[in-house]
Amino acid sequence: MSLFAVKNLRKRFGGLLVTNDVSLSLEPGDRVALIGPNGAGKTTFVNLVTGHLLPDAGTVHLAGSDVTADSPRKRVSAGLVRSFQVTRLFPEMTPLEHVALALLQRQGKATSLVSDYRRMPGLLQEASDILGVLELSAIANLPVSVIAYGQQRLLEIALAMALRPRVLLLDEPAAGVSSSDTVLIEKALARLPPELSVLMIEHDMDFVFRFARRVVVLAAGAVIFDGSPREVAADTRVREAYLGSYADEHAGA
Amino acid sequence: MTDVTLNLAGTRSLRPLRQTLAVDAAAVIAIIGVSALLFVLFPGSLALLTRIVALMLLVLALDLVTGFAGVGTLGHAALFGAGAYAAGIGAARFGITDPLAMLGLGAAAGAAAGALSSVVILRAHGLGQLVLSIAVVQLAHEAANKFSAWTGGSDGLAGIVPARLFGLYRFDLWGRTSFMLAVAVLVVVFVALRVLVRSPFGMLCRAIRQDPVRVKAMGAPVYFTLVKMYIISGAVAGLGGALSTVATKVVALDSLSFNLSAEALVMLVLGGAGNLFGAMVGTLVFVWFEDLVSAINPFHWLTVVGLLLICVVLFAPRGLTGAVAGLWMSRVRGGRS
Repeated sequence: MSLFAVKNLRKRFGGLLVTNDVSLSLEPGDRVALIGPNGAGKTTFVNLVTGHLLPDAGTVHLAGSDVTADSPRKRVSAGLVRSFQVTRLFPEMTPLEHVALALLQRQGKATSLVSDYRRMPGLLQEASDILGVLELSAIANLPVSVIAYGQQRLLEIALAMALRPRVLLLDEPAAGVSSSDTVLIEKALARLPPELSVLMIEHDMDFVFRFARRVVVLAAGAVIFDGSPREVAADTRVREAYLGSYADEHAGA
Repeated sequence: MTDVTLNLAGTRSLRPLRQTLAVDAAAVIAIIGVSALLFVLFPGSLALLTRIVALMLLVLALDLVTGFAGVGTLGHAALFGAGAYAAGIGAARFGITDPLAMLGLGAAAGAAAGALSSVVILRAHGLGQLVLSIAVVQLAHEAANKFSAWTGGSDGLAGIVPARLFGLYRFDLWGRTSFMLAVAVLVVVFVALRVLVRSPFGMLCRAIRQDPVRVKAMGAPVYFTLVKMYIISGAVAGLGGALSTVATKVVALDSLSFNLSAEALVMLVLGGAGNLFGAMVGTLVFVWFEDLVSAINPFHWLTVVGLLLICVVLFAPRGLTGAVAGLWMSRVRGGRS
C-alpha cells in the first residue's frame, strides 16, 4: 500500500469533465512534480485531494485509510498538508506567531483558553528553529504585511513544515517570485525532511527539472504521462498537449 | 531593523511578554484610579457611571467577536438583554436576590444566548451576517414584548430588590455600592479577557478574522472556535446586562434593542476595535459626550454626536486608541532615528 494513493478520481462541472479518471500514488521520500498546460485541471485536482471539493467518483487513501469523504481539517491532522498558490497568510501577525500557531495546532493546544505561547520555551525553540532553517529569523517579529513577498513564500513553507506532514502538496511555491528569490525557495525545499513525500505543482520547468525525480503530466483532466524528468521532454503526447494548446491560442487570436 | 534582530537573539519575546504584563498592571491601576477619581469628583453621577461600566461590558463583548474574531454583528444587545432579563426575572419571580447570584445568572443566560445567536449568525458571511444579527435582536425584542407576564413587556420589569452585597452592603440611593461592584466586575473581566486574547485561542481567533481558509488549511477549527468565542462574549455581555439590572432595579425593553446594538458598535468603532482598551474608552467617551451634549442642547445633540463620529472615522480610522497608539509609535520611532 502506498503512503498516498488517488484512484480513478473523477469530477464533472456541468458538461465539463475536469478530472477524468486520475490515478496517482506517492511513496515516502517522493519528489513529484505535477505539470500541465493551463486548464488541465491541476487546481481542481489539488482541491479534490485536500477535500475542498468532493469527487463524483474515485478514492483518496492516506497511509492506508480512506479519506475520500473526510473534511480538509481531518486530512491535515492525518498528515496531508497543502500550501497555497496565492500567499494566504495573516497580514497583522508575525512569522513567529504563524509558526507558533501551526505548532500549537499540531500539539492540539490551538484552542486552549489560557497560557501564552510566549511562556512555552519548547514551542518557542521549535518555532525559532524552523524560522532559522528558512532564514526568516531576522524578520520573525515583524508583521507579515511588511515583509517581502519572497519571504512570505518561505513562510508558507515554514507553516507546512511546522505541521509535520507526511504528504506535502505545494501549489506553485515559486509563483510570482523573482528568480533571485526562487533560489531561496529551492534551498528551503531541499531542506525538507527526506522521508516526506512531496507533490509540487509548478510552471517553471527549470525548477521542476532540478527538484523532481518524477514528473506527472495532466492534460484536459487526464494523466497523460507519469515518469522520469528525462523522458518527459521527449514524450510525443506531452509535446502535443503543450504545443496543441499553444497552437489553439494562436488560432483563436 | 537591528532592534528586531537583537530582540530575536536569546531573549526574543521575553521582553514583549514583560511589556504586556506591565501594560496589564498599568491598565488595572488606571481603571481603579479613574474610577476613584470619578467617584470623588462626581458623587451625583454614580448612576450614569455605573451604566457606563455595564455598557463597557457589552462593548468589550462585542470587541471579542467583531474586533478579534471578525464577525460583524448589529445584534449584540440580544446577549446583554438576555443577561439583564435573566437577572431581573430571577430576582422578581424566583427570589434570587443575592447580587452575585444575579450576576452569575446573567452571565449564564448571556452565554446561552450567545450560543444560540452564533448558530444563526454564523450561517452567513458579510452583509448576510449583519442582516441575520439584526433579525436575532429584533426577534428577542419581540419575544420579550410578547411574554409580558414574565418580562413586564413595554412597561419594563419592576419589583427587583437586590439583597445586600455579601450580606453587608446595601444598594444605596446614591449608587455607591453599585458603582463599586461594577468597577470590581470590570477589573476582573478585563484581566480575564487580557489572558484570553493572549491565549492560543485568542491568537486563533485573530487568525480566523484575517484568513479563515488558511486556518482550515492548518487543520484548525473555524466554526467551533467562533461559537466558543460567541459563548464567552455572551457571558461578558450578559454580565453587563445583569449589572445594569442590579444597579437600576428595573429592566427596560430597550436593553434588547437594535438601537443599543448599533450604539455598541459605534462605541467600539469610536474607541478602536481589537484591543479591549478601545471598547472601554469608546464607551466612556460616547456615553459621557451624549450625556453632556444632550444636557446642553436637548434638540440637536444627535447632530453633534454624529459630527464627532464622522471626524473619528475620517481622521482616526482605527479609533481613539488607534490614533493615540499611532502618535506614540511615530514619536518613539522619530526619537530613535
